[in-house]
Amino acid sequence: MKVPTRDRGDRYPPGSDSDGARLLTGWGRTAPSGALVVAPRGVDAGQECVAAVVRAQASARSEGRDRGMLARGLGRAYGDAAQVSGGAAVDMTALAGLGAVDPETRTVTAEAGVSLDRLLRYILPRGFFVPVTPGTRFVTAGGALASDVHGKNHHVDGSFSNHVAAFDLITGSGELRRVRRDDADSDGEDARVFAATAGGMGLTGIITRLTMTMLPVETSVMRVDTERTRDLDDCMDRMADRDDAYRYSVAWVDCLARGASMGRAVLTRGDHASLQELAPRARREPLRLPSGPRVAVPSFLPGGLLRPLTVRAFNEAWFRRAPLRRTSLESIPAFFYPLDGIRGWNRLYGPRGLVQYQFVVPLGAEETLRAIVRRISSSGCPSFLAVLKRFGPGNGYPLSFPDSGWTLAVDIPAALDGLGALLDGLDELVAAARGRVYLAKDGRLRPDLVRAMYPRLDEWRRVRDMLDPLGVFVSDLGRRLGLV
Amino acid sequence: MNDALGGVQTVLVLGGSSELGLATLRHVDLRPGSKVLLAGRSEDRMLQVAREAGLVERTSVTVTAVAWDVRRVDTHGALLDAAVAELGEIDLVLATAGVLGVQERAEQDLAHAADILETNFVGLATALLPVAQRLREQGHGVIVVFSSVAALRGRETNFIYGSSKAGLDVFAEGLAASLAGSGARVITVRPGFVRGRMTAGRKQAPMSTVPDSVGQRVAAALRSGADVIHVPRPLGPVFLLVRTLPARLTRGRLR
Repeated sequence: MKVPTRDRGDRYPPGSDSDGARLLTGWGRTAPSGALVVAPRGVDAGQECVAAVVRAQASARSEGRDRGMLARGLGRAYGDAAQVSGGAAVDMTALAGLGAVDPETRTVTAEAGVSLDRLLRYILPRGFFVPVTPGTRFVTAGGALASDVHGKNHHVDGSFSNHVAAFDLITGSGELRRVRRDDADSDGEDARVFAATAGGMGLTGIITRLTMTMLPVETSVMRVDTERTRDLDDCMDRMADRDDAYRYSVAWVDCLARGASMGRAVLTRGDHASLQELAPRARREPLRLPSGPRVAVPSFLPGGLLRPLTVRAFNEAWFRRAPLRRTSLESIPAFFYPLDGIRGWNRLYGPRGLVQYQFVVPLGAEETLRAIVRRISSSGCPSFLAVLKRFGPGNGYPLSFPDSGWTLAVDIPAALDGLGALLDGLDELVAAARGRVYLAKDGRLRPDLVRAMYPRLDEWRRVRDMLDPLGVFVSDLGRRLGLV
Repeated sequence: MNDALGGVQTVLVLGGSSELGLATLRHVDLRPGSKVLLAGRSEDRMLQVAREAGLVERTSVTVTAVAWDVRRVDTHGALLDAAVAELGEIDLVLATAGVLGVQERAEQDLAHAADILETNFVGLATALLPVAQRLREQGHGVIVVFSSVAALRGRETNFIYGSSKAGLDVFAEGLAASLAGSGARVITVRPGFVRGRMTAGRKQAPMSTVPDSVGQRVAAALRSGADVIHVPRPLGPVFLLVRTLPARLTRGRLR
């Protein structure tokens, strides 16, 4: 029998680089898959890449070899959202131009491969902050839109896409399309494309550029109120009572604490400090951003470093260290990005990697949240502090994750025995409470529960099919969960 | 797709009525909605064994059987096409086809010897070539090759079977190397004496095992990324030692 080899001849138009097939994983370093990494040096080259794949797609499909393509940013999604096994991963990080800051409209236009780190260094000296930031600044702007990321200010400002006025999208025909959030001339089609792309996990096309509204700030300093809570209920009560007084709010929950202190937490809430709040010396350089990562985790570590005993000791020390109640001034990296200070922290989980489980359940489903924390704590899984946040209303986009309620994110070593069954059980609790799991973090969700968690999947699919009739844009996540 | 915790959604079993294959399917995390394609000599037999193993009753798993003879090299391409049509992505391949044969008979009856060698080595290895190519192209997937500790030392009591497995074992080793970096990978399983249908009526060897233990270890290797496993575990170091000893020292002492 003749074994066919793949002709990749016309995949790389002039103006793009490829270093060939590579193993890709998400930040959790689980389930690696092979893809060709292509790095277009400009939007034109990106369009040509798509056109080349479209041309190859028809003949490849008859042989079952249509493996598609997907934009990939900095690979910070935990699971397989930015993997496209057998296909072409379009490395967006070379597409990193920045437009002028418009102080009148408070907008800036950035190419999709710009990291929030770079964006922040660009706009902060000009008196602006990113409107929404996740817990790491090493994500691209395009990825932030495609995952519709949220931050500690969701209860006030909503998610990332709420601050995006327009973006450019290469669709499945290779056409470059300008999409405005509020466009009266397009019969609402632009609005549907916008809604399907924000949170659409890159499956509607390649975002190349976006215009976003920034938050004006006087300083690069945060005024932070820190308080310890007795247990989970105490924490939820305090968040429900007083979150509205702060722009930013999040709690770090000790998921290993059992019994009466189950779910004890350290609640941190804050705002951007005004110029007057700074010490006179600091006022001279109020918008200075302290430097980046200082410590790196060695590139090879054995598995099994994180055991219940060591993690329990860490959590205990961390909880005791926190003040009962205190107000302090903190830097932006310390408040928003504590883990960015440890480069490659995901390697602490050893060669088998980690899974992050993040879900949201609606307000009123507190019992489900308690039940989940109880299950995690009694499973003895060595989870470092979990992150709890009270979301404000969602934006109603079909695949956007955040919605009114409680969200909890837990990091768990993938090597933990029985983890699959534990998380499958949590999926059921979440779905039964009309909650959902965050796709940008997922690597193992029960495929049969996706529709219950994202009931508007079919509506999203119709827009996707319109934008990408040949199914050029695919991801391992999309294949695994039957999104595409 | 293969998921972050070793779960799979599609399985192709080459040797669909194999006890080890079905035991493995009992322990692997078949995600809800999974599809299993059994390929083997008799559809009826495969479905019957799958029913007995409780696989058919699982409502969240769809089981299909297709008639296929591992010795017919000219049918391997068509089988892969059928598998792609039925399964789409191929997450897991269980290469379990194999016969134990009877050593004494095979020494006299060359057709019997040829059947053992053709089934266990020539047939299965050639079937795996297009399958591996497919996995390489799709950029993910795991092939589990069921070898044997009999592959590690030629013995007077089973060297025809042993040599067929030795061929398969080296084939798997090379295949694993050739797939490195593609996203697809190979797990080689070397069980010792497995107490089951295949060995019924034969004298049991020390450090024997049962199909379920083999299945459990394969499922664990899918999660952990291990590439060579011995069942039971101590057979690994034992055979490492055996292979370093001169043949005359182990003659007549191994079963």
